[in-house]
Amino acid sequence: MGVEEKLANMGVVTTTLEKAVAWSREKAMWPMLFGLACCAIEMMAAQASHYDMSRFGMELMRPSPRQSDLMIVAGRVSRKMAPVLRRLYDQMPEPKWVIAMGDCASCGGVFNNYAILQGVDEVVPVDVYVAGCPPRPEALIDGIVTLYEKVRGMKFAPEKK
Amino acid sequence: MDKNLQTIVQKLEKEYGATVSEARGEVSVTVPAEKVVAACELVQGHGFELMSTMTAVDYWPQENPRFHVVYQFTSVSQNLRLEMRVPVAGTNPSLPTISHIYRNANWRERELWDMFGIRFEGHPDPRRLLLPADWEGHPLRKDYPLGYEEPQFTFNYEEIDLRKPYAKE
Repeated sequence: MGVEEKLANMGVVTTTLEKAVAWSREKAMWPMLFGLACCAIEMMAAQASHYDMSRFGMELMRPSPRQSDLMIVAGRVSRKMAPVLRRLYDQMPEPKWVIAMGDCASCGGVFNNYAILQGVDEVVPVDVYVAGCPPRPEALIDGIVTLYEKVRGMKFAPEKK
Repeated sequence: MDKNLQTIVQKLEKEYGATVSEARGEVSVTVPAEKVVAACELVQGHGFELMSTMTAVDYWPQENPRFHVVYQFTSVSQNLRLEMRVPVAGTNPSLPTISHIYRNANWRERELWDMFGIRFEGHPDPRRLLLPADWEGHPLRKDYPLGYEEPQFTFNYEEIDLRKPYAKE
């Protein structure tokens, strides 16, 4: 019978500002559309009704980096695409996160050659790597839930660096 | 060999010093580099409306000729195909452009410059086609390094991790 319970009975919730901010960041994270290859098909499947990513507050894929919090790099990034990717990342407002979806985005995958970036972490800082070629929608959702845990524990924005 | 094809092949042989080979009905003529424009004009004049593809082969370490530029012509009206090969030397390779004869050769020639480093003289827009503009080298050459990166396993994980160029915030 703490004070929280009593207050809750009165319709009042106590929390810290930091927790409230982390909660709001977590519950409405808008990913940016960045499908580059076959992983994008699984990303679409994860958003569609069968897997239904909107359960996690991610039903809105933004076509503009200015409106998005999370970049899901789904697919292989060629060296010609790399500056575009970095530019889009720079245009996203803080705080921002990156998920490298699939083997190609994580480490180059089977494309061990001159034309493909050997892991998107050479261009942007990656928070969560999702393995698989391509990862199933469950794996992507698991990666997002892992990211949520990170966001939940986050302090205010400057500490992210 | 088809009758119509025979006349054009004989003309190419006689006027442009082409050598002819045939394998399973596929006819291939080898034309010297300085005659390529005239030969293409002749081929187009004989009803080959379409240049279906244009590519190159690198015969490295053979130096002269190091490359073969391969033109594939198709005649839709006569249902004929003709391959034309042009040998190109390895040092400072170049050929005259045929983009004023077959318009689709424009991008094909840019791609060959991009991938093999074969220059096309008189090309209206001689930029790279596929790779970034600041790219060094021509990756489809046989002597171009593959850019192989060592895979990370448990035994060499940290060693590779230390020298991996991670992005800053």
